[in-house]
Amino acid sequence: MLRSVVSGLAVLGLAAAANAQTNKIKIGYVNTFSGPNAFIGNDEKDGFELALDHLGRKMGNLDVQMIYEDDQIKPEVGRQVTEKLLQSDKVDVVTGYNWSNVLLASVKPAIDAKTFIISGNAGPSQLAGEACSPWFFSASWQNDQTPMALGELLNRRNVKKLFVLAPNYAAGKDMAAGVKKTFKGEVVGEEYTRWPGQVDFSTELSKVRSIKPDAVWVFYPGQAGAQFIQQYSQAGLLGQIPIYSSFTVDALTLPQLKDLALGHVSTQEWVQDLDNPANKKFVGDFRKKYGRYPSYYSAQNYDAAMLIASAVVATGGKLDDKEAFRAALEKADFQSVRGKFRYNTNHFPIQDFYAQEVVKDAQGEFTMKTIGTVFTDMKDVFYEKCPMK
Amino acid sequence: MSLLIEQTLNGVQLALLLFLVAAGLTLVFGIMDFMNLSHGSLFMMGAYFAATFVPMTGSFVLGGLLAIMCTTLLGFAVEAIWLRPLFGRGHLDQVLGTFGLVLFFNDFVRLVWGAAGRTLAVPQMLAGQVSLGPSLTYPVYRLVLIGAGLVVAGGLYLLVQRTKAGMVIRAAASDRDMAGAIGADVTLVSTFVFGLGAALAGLAGLFAAPLLTVQIGMGDNILILTLVIIVIGGLGSVRGAFLAALIVGLIDALGRAYLPELLRLVLSPVAASTAAGALSSVAIYILLAAVLLVKPQGLFPARGAR
Repeated sequence: MLRSVVSGLAVLGLAAAANAQTNKIKIGYVNTFSGPNAFIGNDEKDGFELALDHLGRKMGNLDVQMIYEDDQIKPEVGRQVTEKLLQSDKVDVVTGYNWSNVLLASVKPAIDAKTFIISGNAGPSQLAGEACSPWFFSASWQNDQTPMALGELLNRRNVKKLFVLAPNYAAGKDMAAGVKKTFKGEVVGEEYTRWPGQVDFSTELSKVRSIKPDAVWVFYPGQAGAQFIQQYSQAGLLGQIPIYSSFTVDALTLPQLKDLALGHVSTQEWVQDLDNPANKKFVGDFRKKYGRYPSYYSAQNYDAAMLIASAVVATGGKLDDKEAFRAALEKADFQSVRGKFRYNTNHFPIQDFYAQEVVKDAQGEFTMKTIGTVFTDMKDVFYEKCPMK
Repeated sequence: MSLLIEQTLNGVQLALLLFLVAAGLTLVFGIMDFMNLSHGSLFMMGAYFAATFVPMTGSFVLGGLLAIMCTTLLGFAVEAIWLRPLFGRGHLDQVLGTFGLVLFFNDFVRLVWGAAGRTLAVPQMLAGQVSLGPSLTYPVYRLVLIGAGLVVAGGLYLLVQRTKAGMVIRAAASDRDMAGAIGADVTLVSTFVFGLGAALAGLAGLFAAPLLTVQIGMGDNILILTLVIIVIGGLGSVRGAFLAALIVGLIDALGRAYLPELLRLVLSPVAASTAAGALSSVAIYILLAAVLLVKPQGLFPARGAR
């Protein structure tokens, strides 16, 4: 008797819970929140959270429930927490994902669970080409693109001999391939270093010194970037051999690098001084809330949140209608901080890439300023290989 | 040729840094038969103290001395509070207990200094480069590091081989019970050695701070290499630790420098770098395995060690 009453209550309880669930959207967010690169994960989370503030923590008529998980920059951990979000939390969308190797490991469980997975940063070439998926969207770029813009910039700056240095993992190889795709001069040296964990670059810097290229290009995201530029300067190479970078000198590493990075030139799809209303609001409120300049990391994640919200609004909060939700995501009907944002057939954005330079603002704080446009409406080079099925 | 010299210097510099950490660890193991995984954390704490005190005092020397002092005091405190109860226990208990300390220190640093790393500038005086011959320049700071490392290694050698205190340390390292039986105060020796080890780890942390970013977990990376070194060199042997550190440092630096070139003759650049990176880090462990097979007590064991 008692048992049946209890189970009856339990059923009612479940029904009530299921009922409550229809009024909210559950978003799983996977990023790096521990270890030396936690500042990237936190910056991306800050961008996402600011978007939620601007949305009143609601998407359409649904309350937003966030579940944050730490991937520890380890592909196997990323996959594990993604599976946990999908299977036990039953999230409606998973997003975040800073690292290409973590994303590549995590994408399959999401596709198998028929859940949308939206990258806030990583853009491995596989997912833009043969392994593209109707369930995957990028709110950032394909890895090769930013360095391709840099390679073009090097041509315009008359660099003939280039030394290439990147970490030995999925994104490092994509990025180096990107520079080499557009750079017309000669690559006189090429090194791929252990990742993560290599902290001393003296061996590689000695090689640079002995080869004497016209310029050095590096890709060292996060803490490693600050370390590399510092050692580059200690080796007496700063000012001697111009250094260009992708995803290395940014709003996160500038507070550590300061004068070492002044005048440093790189390329990016977003710069904090881009002149559009959405960006003004984003940068202004970000600085007010967190007391620092936003980075492209937080900007992309702000866009990711706005993208999801636009699809929720367009479908009237019907999260079960996956076809309609996908169609809404493909429209990307939201005000991007990049000014314009539209999707290619492989679910990667078609967007502009700018050249940017490190400057000091009026308060003596270090930041970036746009110094030109390198590519307009650029598509990645893999989309034609994408069958999208 | 000058590139080879430069890469050799890189290797020696890494070796001396590793030796400073390894010396303390090997003595603690040799004398107290104690497996202390938290030694790497003392290295990290030394670096964090340096990144705090050097900007605070505005002087590398003064801030550095403060950092070493704090690391030494911390070493004493850790020994007295956490490690002493573990002394008589088995190695597994010691490994678990000190691994707990590693986790504790990593999170302690996150609480006090935050998750983002710190950087410490090279002291102004040592910031430049020095020319060592035609087409060979080398950063002054790294060169000074090599000099300072050699001086410390020499001092340690004199201390252990030529003084009475050193004699007691060596006696305790070869046979702790017998040394106690003939009247050496083994407990005092243990505490002294532990403090010395902490001071050396702090010094290594100070030296490393301007080269590497000071960050959580930096001690864990170095600890693994250090363990390899003390096993190759022979547990409890300072001389062994020194020579093994040189071997490991040179294998790492020269392997990274020249293996890609060699492999590139037969492989694509990306494949060559992947293979070379793997090979040069595995080379150290192959050496370790070979040493364990042929001379299980290490290449240069402490005299009288069983």
